Amino acid sequence: MKNSKLIKVSYYPGCSLDSSGREYGESTEAVARDLEVELGELPDWNCCGATSGHATNERLDVLLSARNLWIAEKAGRDLVVPCAACFQRLKTAEKKLLEGPEKEEIPIGYQGKIRIKHLADFLWEDVGPKKIREKVRKPLPGLKPVCYYGCLTVRPPRVTGARDPEDPKVMDNILKILGAQVMNWSYKTDCCGGSLVLARPDIVRRLVGKLLENAEEAGANCVVTACPLCQANLDGQQDEIARESGKKPKLPIFYFTELMGLAFQNPDTKGWWKRHLTDPRKFLKEKGLI
Amino acid sequence: MSDTKKITANHVARAVIPDPGFGREVEEKSRTRVSSCFQCLKCTGGCPVTFAMDIMPHQAIRMVQLGMKDEVLESSTIWVCASCETCTTRCPNDIDIAHLMDTLRQTAIAEKITPAQKEILAFHRVFMMTIRFLGRLYEPGMLGALKAWTRTLNRGEIKLGWKMFKKGKLKIVPRAVGESRELRAIFAKAKQKVKGEGSKVKG
Repeated sequence: MKNSKLIKVSYYPGCSLDSSGREYGESTEAVARDLEVELGELPDWNCCGATSGHATNERLDVLLSARNLWIAEKAGRDLVVPCAACFQRLKTAEKKLLEGPEKEEIPIGYQGKIRIKHLADFLWEDVGPKKIREKVRKPLPGLKPVCYYGCLTVRPPRVTGARDPEDPKVMDNILKILGAQVMNWSYKTDCCGGSLVLARPDIVRRLVGKLLENAEEAGANCVVTACPLCQANLDGQQDEIARESGKKPKLPIFYFTELMGLAFQNPDTKGWWKRHLTDPRKFLKEKGLI
Repeated sequence: MSDTKKITANHVARAVIPDPGFGREVEEKSRTRVSSCFQCLKCTGGCPVTFAMDIMPHQAIRMVQLGMKDEVLESSTIWVCASCETCTTRCPNDIDIAHLMDTLRQTAIAEKITPAQKEILAFHRVFMMTIRFLGRLYEPGMLGALKAWTRTLNRGEIKLGWKMFKKGKLKIVPRAVGESRELRAIFAKAKQKVKGEGSKVKG
Protein backbone atom coordinates (compact mmCIF):
# COMPACT_ATOMS: atom_id res chain seq x y z
CA MET A 1 0.00 0.00 0.00
CA LYS A 2 2.64 2.46 1.15
CA ASN A 3 4.77 1.69 -1.89
CA SER A 4 2.16 3.07 -4.25
CA LYS A 5 3.07 6.55 -3.05
CA LEU A 6 6.78 5.98 -3.68
CA ILE A 7 8.29 8.16 -6.41
CA LYS A 8 11.13 6.35 -8.16
CA VAL A 9 13.84 8.30 -9.94
CA SER A 10 17.42 7.85 -11.11
CA TYR A 11 19.98 9.77 -9.12
CA TYR A 12 23.24 11.29 -10.33
CA PRO A 13 25.08 12.47 -7.19
CA GLY A 14 28.22 13.74 -8.93
CA CYS A 15 31.76 13.67 -7.56
CA SER A 16 31.51 16.42 -4.93
CA LEU A 17 28.72 14.77 -2.99
CA ASP A 18 31.10 11.99 -2.14
CA SER A 19 33.76 14.23 -0.59
CA SER A 20 33.70 18.01 -0.16
CA GLY A 21 29.91 18.13 -0.44
CA ARG A 22 29.28 15.04 1.68
CA GLU A 23 26.63 16.62 3.88
CA TYR A 24 24.71 17.60 0.73
CA GLY A 25 24.65 13.95 -0.38
CA GLU A 26 23.76 12.68 3.09
CA SER A 27 20.98 15.23 3.60
CA THR A 28 19.60 14.64 0.09
CA GLU A 29 19.29 10.91 0.74
CA ALA A 30 17.76 11.46 4.19
CA VAL A 31 15.19 13.96 2.92
CA ALA A 32 14.32 11.71 -0.02
CA ARG A 33 13.54 8.88 2.40
CA ASP A 34 11.33 11.22 4.44
CA LEU A 35 9.46 12.28 1.32
CA GLU A 36 9.07 8.74 0.04
CA VAL A 37 11.32 9.22 -2.95
CA GLU A 38 13.46 6.32 -4.08
CA LEU A 39 16.78 7.59 -5.42
CA GLY A 40 18.30 4.89 -7.60
CA GLU A 41 21.95 5.85 -8.03
CA LEU A 42 22.90 5.68 -11.69
CA PRO A 43 25.02 2.53 -12.09
CA ASP A 44 28.71 3.20 -12.79
CA TRP A 45 28.21 6.90 -13.57
CA ASN A 46 31.24 9.01 -14.54
CA CYS A 47 32.25 12.61 -13.87
CA CYS A 48 30.55 15.22 -16.08
CA GLY A 49 33.88 16.96 -16.69
CA ALA A 50 32.56 20.16 -15.06
CA THR A 51 34.23 23.44 -16.00
CA SER A 52 37.52 21.86 -17.04
CA GLY A 53 35.81 19.57 -19.53
CA HIS A 54 33.98 22.23 -21.49
CA ALA A 55 36.85 24.71 -21.16
CA THR A 56 39.42 22.42 -22.74
CA ASN A 57 37.68 19.92 -25.02
CA GLU A 58 34.15 20.35 -26.27
CA ARG A 59 33.83 16.86 -27.71
CA LEU A 60 35.04 15.26 -24.52
CA ASP A 61 32.57 17.35 -22.53
CA VAL A 62 29.64 15.99 -24.56
CA LEU A 63 30.96 12.42 -24.60
CA LEU A 64 31.34 12.27 -20.81
CA SER A 65 27.75 13.37 -20.25
CA ALA A 66 26.49 11.25 -23.16
CA ARG A 67 27.60 8.10 -21.36
CA ASN A 68 25.65 9.13 -18.25
CA LEU A 69 22.57 10.00 -20.29
CA TRP A 70 22.78 6.70 -22.10
CA ILE A 71 22.88 4.82 -18.78
CA ALA A 72 20.02 6.95 -17.44
CA GLU A 73 17.79 6.42 -20.46
CA LYS A 74 18.38 2.67 -20.24
CA ALA A 75 17.29 2.83 -16.58
CA GLY A 76 14.14 4.52 -17.86
CA ARG A 77 13.47 6.94 -15.00
CA ASP A 78 13.75 10.71 -14.68
CA LEU A 79 17.21 11.80 -13.62
CA VAL A 80 17.57 13.93 -10.49
CA VAL A 81 20.79 15.90 -10.07
CA PRO A 82 21.69 17.80 -6.88
CA CYS A 83 24.87 19.46 -8.20
CA ALA A 84 24.31 22.61 -10.23
CA ALA A 85 27.31 22.06 -12.49
CA CYS A 86 26.51 18.41 -13.22
CA PHE A 87 22.92 19.39 -13.94
CA GLN A 88 23.96 22.06 -16.41
CA ARG A 89 26.49 19.81 -18.20
CA LEU A 90 23.94 17.00 -18.54
CA LYS A 91 21.31 19.41 -19.88
CA THR A 92 23.81 20.93 -22.32
CA ALA A 93 24.80 17.50 -23.62
CA GLU A 94 21.15 16.49 -23.87
CA LYS A 95 20.39 19.48 -26.07
CA LYS A 96 23.36 18.76 -28.32
CA LEU A 97 22.56 15.06 -28.60
CA LEU A 98 18.97 15.80 -29.56
CA GLU A 99 19.39 18.83 -31.80
CA GLY A 100 23.03 19.40 -32.70
CA PRO A 101 25.39 17.70 -35.16
CA GLU A 102 26.34 15.50 -32.18
CA LYS A 103 23.18 13.52 -32.92
CA GLU A 104 25.04 11.93 -35.85
CA GLU A 105 28.55 12.15 -34.45
CA ILE A 106 27.73 10.39 -31.18
CA PRO A 107 25.22 7.76 -32.27
CA ILE A 108 24.14 6.39 -28.90
CA GLY A 109 20.50 6.62 -29.85
CA TYR A 110 19.63 9.00 -27.04
CA GLN A 111 16.00 10.01 -27.51
CA GLY A 112 15.37 12.30 -24.58
CA LYS A 113 12.61 10.15 -23.12
CA ILE A 114 13.64 10.94 -19.56
CA ARG A 115 13.59 14.34 -17.89
CA ILE A 116 16.72 15.74 -16.25
CA LYS A 117 15.89 17.82 -13.19
CA HIS A 118 17.80 19.71 -10.59
CA LEU A 119 17.00 18.39 -7.12
CA ALA A 120 15.32 21.61 -5.92
CA ASP A 121 13.05 21.77 -8.97
CA PHE A 122 12.24 18.08 -8.61
CA LEU A 123 11.28 18.44 -4.95
CA TRP A 124 9.13 21.50 -5.63
CA GLU A 125 7.48 20.43 -8.87
CA ASP A 126 7.31 16.64 -8.67
CA VAL A 127 7.12 15.89 -4.96
CA GLY A 128 5.21 19.09 -4.36
CA PRO A 129 4.52 21.62 -1.58
CA LYS A 130 1.72 19.58 -0.06
CA LYS A 131 3.94 16.60 0.69
CA ILE A 132 6.73 18.82 2.00
CA ARG A 133 4.33 20.67 4.32
CA GLU A 134 3.00 17.38 5.68
CA LYS A 135 6.48 16.34 6.77
CA VAL A 136 7.39 19.51 8.67
CA ARG A 137 7.51 18.66 12.37
CA LYS A 138 9.54 21.59 13.65
CA PRO A 139 9.23 24.88 11.72
CA LEU A 140 12.27 27.16 11.47
CA PRO A 141 10.98 30.63 12.44
CA GLY A 142 14.31 31.93 13.78
CA LEU A 143 16.01 31.43 10.45
CA LYS A 144 16.34 34.42 8.15
CA PRO A 145 18.02 32.93 5.11
CA VAL A 146 18.76 34.40 1.73
CA CYS A 147 18.55 31.79 -1.02
CA TYR A 148 21.65 31.58 -3.15
CA TYR A 149 21.00 29.74 -6.43
CA GLY A 150 24.36 30.50 -8.04
CA CYS A 151 24.86 30.28 -11.78
CA LEU A 152 24.29 26.85 -13.14
CA THR A 153 20.93 25.84 -11.70
CA VAL A 154 19.41 28.52 -13.93
CA ARG A 155 21.77 29.62 -16.69
CA PRO A 156 21.55 29.65 -19.60
CA PRO A 157 17.74 29.34 -19.49
CA ARG A 158 17.46 27.86 -22.98
CA VAL A 159 19.48 24.92 -21.67
CA THR A 160 18.25 24.68 -18.07
CA GLY A 161 14.63 25.52 -18.84
CA ALA A 162 14.58 27.99 -15.91
CA ARG A 163 11.45 30.11 -16.01
CA ASP A 164 12.85 33.08 -14.18
CA PRO A 165 16.65 32.97 -14.48
CA GLU A 166 17.17 36.43 -12.94
CA ASP A 167 14.90 35.79 -9.96
CA PRO A 168 14.39 32.07 -9.30
CA LYS A 169 12.00 31.19 -6.49
CA VAL A 170 12.00 27.43 -5.94
CA MET A 171 14.28 27.42 -2.88
CA ASP A 172 12.54 30.50 -1.48
CA ASN A 173 9.24 28.64 -1.75
CA ILE A 174 10.57 25.51 -0.07
CA LEU A 175 12.16 27.48 2.78
CA LYS A 176 8.94 29.41 3.36
CA ILE A 177 7.06 26.13 3.76
CA LEU A 178 9.64 25.11 6.35
CA GLY A 179 8.67 28.20 8.31
CA ALA A 180 11.82 30.23 7.67
CA GLN A 181 11.63 33.97 7.24
CA VAL A 182 13.17 34.16 3.77
CA MET A 183 14.84 37.49 3.02
CA ASN A 184 14.87 39.14 -0.37
CA TRP A 185 18.16 40.09 -2.00
CA SER A 186 19.58 40.91 -5.39
CA TYR A 187 22.42 38.39 -5.42
CA LYS A 188 20.47 35.16 -5.89
CA THR A 189 22.26 34.21 -9.09
CA ASP A 190 25.54 36.12 -8.83
CA CYS A 191 28.67 34.06 -9.36
CA CYS A 192 30.94 32.83 -6.51
CA GLY A 193 33.81 32.14 -8.91
CA GLY A 194 33.30 28.39 -8.90
CA SER A 195 36.37 26.27 -9.56
CA LEU A 196 38.60 29.33 -9.92
CA VAL A 197 39.07 28.86 -6.17
CA LEU A 198 41.96 26.50 -6.77
CA ALA A 199 43.92 28.56 -9.27
CA ARG A 200 42.83 32.11 -8.42
CA PRO A 201 41.45 32.11 -4.86
CA ASP A 202 41.84 35.90 -4.79
CA ILE A 203 39.06 36.22 -7.39
CA VAL A 204 36.78 33.87 -5.46
CA ARG A 205 37.35 35.66 -2.16
CA ARG A 206 36.42 38.99 -3.71
CA LEU A 207 33.18 37.55 -5.14
CA VAL A 208 32.30 35.62 -1.99
CA GLY A 209 33.07 38.65 0.18
CA LYS A 210 30.60 40.68 -1.82
CA LEU A 211 27.94 37.97 -1.54
CA LEU A 212 28.32 37.64 2.24
CA GLU A 213 28.30 41.40 2.72
CA ASN A 214 25.09 41.74 0.75
CA ALA A 215 23.47 38.80 2.53
CA GLU A 216 24.05 40.56 5.84
CA GLU A 217 22.86 43.85 4.44
CA ALA A 218 19.64 42.13 3.38
CA GLY A 219 19.13 41.16 7.03
CA ALA A 220 19.92 37.48 6.60
CA ASN A 221 21.43 35.36 9.37
CA CYS A 222 22.35 32.47 7.08
CA VAL A 223 22.69 31.57 3.39
CA VAL A 224 21.04 28.59 1.72
CA THR A 225 22.53 26.95 -1.38
CA ALA A 226 21.76 24.19 -3.87
CA CYS A 227 25.26 23.68 -5.27
CA PRO A 228 28.25 21.93 -3.66
CA LEU A 229 30.78 24.37 -5.10
CA CYS A 230 28.81 27.47 -4.03
CA GLN A 231 28.57 26.04 -0.53
CA ALA A 232 32.26 25.12 -0.42
CA ASN A 233 33.31 28.60 -1.53
CA LEU A 234 30.99 30.55 0.75
CA ASP A 235 31.60 28.25 3.71
CA GLY A 236 35.30 27.57 3.26
CA GLN A 237 36.62 31.00 2.36
CA GLN A 238 35.15 32.84 5.35
CA ASP A 239 38.19 32.37 7.60
CA GLU A 240 40.52 33.83 5.01
CA ILE A 241 38.13 36.68 4.15
CA ALA A 242 37.80 37.52 7.84
CA ARG A 243 41.58 37.49 8.20
CA GLU A 244 42.06 39.79 5.22
CA SER A 245 39.32 42.26 6.13
CA GLY A 246 39.61 42.16 9.90
CA LYS A 247 35.83 41.71 10.11
CA LYS A 248 34.09 38.57 11.27
CA PRO A 249 31.12 37.74 9.06
CA LYS A 250 30.58 34.21 10.32
CA LEU A 251 27.45 33.35 8.39
CA PRO A 252 26.36 29.69 8.39
CA ILE A 253 26.02 28.35 4.84
CA PHE A 254 23.45 25.57 4.56
CA TYR A 255 22.29 23.23 1.85
CA PHE A 256 18.54 23.57 1.45
CA THR A 257 18.23 19.82 2.01
CA GLU A 258 19.89 20.14 5.43
CA LEU A 259 17.23 22.61 6.52
CA MET A 260 14.51 20.34 5.15
CA GLY A 261 15.96 17.54 7.25
CA LEU A 262 16.04 19.83 10.28
CA ALA A 263 12.39 20.84 9.85
CA PHE A 264 11.43 17.20 9.28
CA GLN A 265 13.32 16.34 12.51
CA ASN A 266 15.36 13.77 10.66
CA PRO A 267 17.59 11.87 13.12
CA ASP A 268 20.66 12.15 10.85
CA THR A 269 21.02 15.96 10.98
CA LYS A 270 23.68 15.90 13.72
CA GLY A 271 26.21 14.37 11.39
CA TRP A 272 25.83 17.18 8.85
CA TRP A 273 26.54 20.29 10.97
CA LYS A 274 29.94 19.10 12.10
CA ARG A 275 31.15 18.91 8.50
CA HIS A 276 30.69 22.65 7.92
CA LEU A 277 33.86 24.72 7.92
CA THR A 278 31.96 27.66 9.39
CA ASP A 279 30.37 25.74 12.23
CA PRO A 280 26.59 26.41 12.39
CA ARG A 281 25.92 24.57 15.66
CA LYS A 282 26.17 27.59 17.98
CA PHE A 283 23.81 29.50 15.68
CA LEU A 284 21.29 26.65 15.53
CA LYS A 285 21.40 26.26 19.32
CA GLU A 286 20.74 29.97 19.79
CA LYS A 287 17.69 29.64 17.58
CA GLY A 288 16.50 26.69 19.63
CA LEU A 289 16.67 24.36 16.63
CA ILE A 290 19.14 21.78 17.93
CA MET B 1 42.39 48.93 -22.36
CA SER B 2 45.26 51.36 -22.89
CA ASP B 3 45.15 52.08 -19.16
CA THR B 4 45.91 48.54 -18.17
CA LYS B 5 48.01 47.30 -21.05
CA LYS B 6 50.88 49.10 -22.68
CA ILE B 7 50.48 49.29 -26.41
CA THR B 8 53.72 48.21 -28.00
CA ALA B 9 54.94 48.44 -31.56
CA ASN B 10 54.15 44.76 -31.80
CA HIS B 11 50.52 45.38 -30.92
CA VAL B 12 50.23 48.13 -33.52
CA ALA B 13 51.70 45.89 -36.21
CA ARG B 14 49.24 43.15 -35.31
CA ALA B 15 46.33 45.54 -35.29
CA VAL B 16 47.26 46.71 -38.74
CA ILE B 17 47.64 43.19 -40.10
CA PRO B 18 44.81 41.20 -38.57
CA ASP B 19 43.90 37.64 -39.43
CA PRO B 20 40.83 38.06 -41.61
CA GLY B 21 39.78 34.41 -41.39
CA PHE B 22 39.83 34.28 -37.60
CA GLY B 23 36.33 35.62 -37.03
CA ARG B 24 34.81 33.09 -39.42
CA GLU B 25 36.89 30.26 -38.00
CA VAL B 26 35.72 31.06 -34.48
CA GLU B 27 32.09 31.34 -35.62
CA GLU B 28 32.30 27.91 -37.23
CA LYS B 29 33.92 26.26 -34.26
CA SER B 30 31.71 27.87 -31.64
CA ARG B 31 28.51 27.71 -33.69
CA THR B 32 27.59 31.15 -32.42
CA ARG B 33 27.22 34.31 -34.51
CA VAL B 34 29.92 36.57 -33.19
CA SER B 35 29.39 38.90 -36.15
CA SER B 36 25.96 39.94 -34.90
CA CYS B 37 27.40 41.81 -31.90
CA PHE B 38 26.56 45.53 -31.97
CA GLN B 39 28.55 46.42 -28.85
CA CYS B 40 25.72 47.08 -26.40
CA LEU B 41 28.13 46.16 -23.56
CA LYS B 42 25.55 44.13 -21.68
CA CYS B 43 28.04 41.25 -21.39
CA THR B 44 30.68 43.44 -19.81
CA GLY B 45 28.10 45.20 -17.64
CA GLY B 46 26.95 41.92 -16.06
CA CYS B 47 30.27 40.09 -15.95
CA PRO B 48 31.31 39.42 -12.33
CA VAL B 49 35.03 39.00 -13.06
CA THR B 50 35.89 42.02 -15.23
CA PHE B 51 38.08 43.30 -12.37
CA ALA B 52 40.49 40.45 -13.12
CA MET B 53 40.36 40.73 -16.93
CA ASP B 54 42.79 42.54 -19.22
CA ILE B 55 40.27 42.99 -22.05
CA MET B 56 36.55 43.32 -21.41
CA PRO B 57 34.18 40.68 -22.84
CA HIS B 58 32.71 43.08 -25.43
CA GLN B 59 36.24 44.01 -26.48
CA ALA B 60 37.15 40.35 -26.89
CA ILE B 61 34.17 39.93 -29.20
CA ARG B 62 35.13 42.99 -31.23
CA MET B 63 38.68 41.68 -31.51
CA VAL B 64 37.40 38.33 -32.80
CA GLN B 65 35.34 40.18 -35.42
CA LEU B 66 38.39 42.20 -36.45
CA GLY B 67 40.66 39.16 -36.57
CA MET B 68 42.93 40.24 -33.73
CA LYS B 69 43.74 36.65 -33.05
CA ASP B 70 46.93 36.91 -30.99
CA GLU B 71 45.55 39.62 -28.73
CA VAL B 72 42.53 37.52 -27.85
CA LEU B 73 44.26 34.18 -27.48
CA GLU B 74 47.05 35.65 -25.36
CA SER B 75 44.64 37.46 -23.06
CA SER B 76 43.93 36.67 -19.41
CA THR B 77 40.26 37.19 -20.11
CA ILE B 78 39.66 33.84 -21.82
CA TRP B 79 41.03 32.00 -18.75
CA VAL B 80 39.60 34.20 -16.03
CA CYS B 81 36.03 33.85 -17.38
CA ALA B 82 34.22 31.80 -14.72
CA SER B 83 31.64 30.35 -17.17
CA CYS B 84 28.81 31.81 -15.09
CA GLU B 85 26.78 32.31 -18.31
CA THR B 86 25.40 35.71 -17.33
CA CYS B 87 26.57 37.19 -20.64
CA THR B 88 25.05 34.34 -22.65
CA THR B 89 21.75 34.74 -20.80
CA ARG B 90 21.54 38.49 -21.35
CA CYS B 91 22.95 38.96 -24.87
CA PRO B 92 20.23 40.58 -27.01
CA ASN B 93 21.72 38.98 -30.13
CA ASP B 94 21.79 35.48 -28.68
CA ILE B 95 25.55 35.20 -28.90
CA ASP B 96 26.68 32.36 -26.66
CA ILE B 97 29.56 34.37 -25.21
CA ALA B 98 30.42 31.89 -22.46
CA HIS B 99 30.71 29.19 -25.08
CA LEU B 100 32.76 31.51 -27.27
CA MET B 101 35.23 31.76 -24.37
CA ASP B 102 35.42 27.94 -24.36
CA THR B 103 36.18 27.96 -28.07
CA LEU B 104 38.89 30.58 -27.60
CA ARG B 105 40.48 28.59 -24.77
CA GLN B 106 40.43 25.44 -26.88
CA THR B 107 41.94 27.30 -29.84
CA ALA B 108 44.68 28.69 -27.60
CA ILE B 109 45.45 25.17 -26.36
CA ALA B 110 45.42 23.69 -29.89
CA GLU B 111 47.81 26.38 -31.11
CA LYS B 112 50.06 25.90 -28.08
CA ILE B 113 49.86 29.53 -27.05
CA THR B 114 51.36 30.19 -23.63
CA PRO B 115 48.33 30.92 -21.44
CA ALA B 116 48.26 34.29 -19.70
CA GLN B 117 46.88 32.43 -16.64
CA LYS B 118 49.11 29.36 -16.34
CA GLU B 119 47.62 28.22 -13.02
CA ILE B 120 44.10 28.12 -14.44
CA LEU B 121 45.09 25.92 -17.38
CA ALA B 122 47.15 23.75 -15.02
CA PHE B 123 44.02 23.26 -12.91
CA HIS B 124 41.99 22.18 -15.96
CA ARG B 125 44.73 19.76 -17.03
CA VAL B 126 45.06 18.14 -13.61
CA PHE B 127 41.29 17.90 -13.27
CA MET B 128 40.92 16.15 -16.63
CA MET B 129 43.88 13.90 -15.92
CA THR B 130 42.06 12.67 -12.80
CA ILE B 131 38.95 11.97 -14.85
CA ARG B 132 40.98 10.18 -17.48
CA PHE B 133 42.46 7.77 -14.92
CA LEU B 134 39.51 7.28 -12.58
CA GLY B 135 36.42 8.48 -14.40
CA ARG B 136 35.52 10.48 -11.33
CA LEU B 137 37.08 13.37 -9.52
CA TYR B 138 39.41 12.47 -6.66
CA GLU B 139 39.83 15.72 -4.80
CA PRO B 140 42.88 14.92 -2.61
CA GLY B 141 44.81 13.56 -5.59
CA MET B 142 43.87 16.46 -7.82
CA LEU B 143 44.68 19.09 -5.20
CA GLY B 144 48.04 17.51 -4.41
CA ALA B 145 49.03 17.25 -8.05
CA LEU B 146 47.93 20.80 -8.83
CA LYS B 147 49.73 22.37 -5.91
CA ALA B 148 52.89 20.36 -6.62
CA TRP B 149 52.81 21.34 -10.28
CA THR B 150 52.12 25.05 -9.87
CA ARG B 151 54.06 25.35 -6.58
CA THR B 152 51.44 27.68 -5.21
CA LEU B 153 50.68 25.98 -1.92
CA ASN B 154 50.49 28.48 0.93
CA ARG B 155 49.74 28.35 4.63
CA GLY B 156 46.11 29.33 4.26
CA GLU B 157 45.51 26.48 1.84
CA ILE B 158 47.30 23.93 4.03
CA LYS B 159 45.11 25.03 6.94
CA LEU B 160 41.95 24.79 4.85
CA GLY B 161 42.95 21.36 3.49
CA TRP B 162 43.67 20.04 6.97
CA LYS B 163 40.37 21.40 8.26
CA MET B 164 38.51 19.75 5.37
CA PHE B 165 40.30 16.49 6.07
CA LYS B 166 39.39 16.59 9.77
CA LYS B 167 35.76 17.27 8.88
CA GLY B 168 35.66 14.21 6.64
CA LYS B 169 35.40 16.29 3.48
CA LEU B 170 38.39 14.72 1.73
CA LYS B 171 37.96 11.12 0.82
CA ILE B 172 41.04 8.97 1.20
CA VAL B 173 40.08 6.14 -1.12
CA PRO B 174 39.00 7.15 -4.63
CA ARG B 175 35.93 5.63 -6.27
CA ALA B 176 36.67 4.79 -9.86
CA VAL B 177 34.40 4.02 -12.80
CA GLY B 178 34.14 0.25 -13.31
CA GLU B 179 33.93 0.26 -17.09
CA SER B 180 37.42 1.63 -17.66
CA ARG B 181 37.32 0.45 -21.27
CA GLU B 182 34.40 2.75 -22.02
CA LEU B 183 36.26 5.58 -20.38
CA ARG B 184 39.34 4.98 -22.53
CA ALA B 185 37.16 4.89 -25.63
CA ILE B 186 35.63 8.26 -24.70
CA PHE B 187 39.02 9.92 -24.28
CA ALA B 188 40.32 8.33 -27.50
CA LYS B 189 37.29 9.54 -29.45
CA ALA B 190 37.55 13.05 -28.02
CA LYS B 191 41.19 13.29 -29.04
CA GLN B 192 40.55 12.01 -32.56
CA LYS B 193 37.81 14.52 -33.14
CA VAL B 194 39.87 17.49 -32.05
CA LYS B 195 42.63 16.50 -34.46
CA GLY B 196 40.13 16.16 -37.26
CA GLU B 197 38.71 19.59 -36.61
CA GLY B 198 42.15 21.15 -36.62
CA SER B 199 43.03 19.75 -40.03
CA LYS B 200 39.70 20.89 -41.45
CA VAL B 201 40.35 24.46 -40.46
CA LYS B 202 43.83 24.46 -41.96
CA GLY B 203 42.64 22.89 -45.21
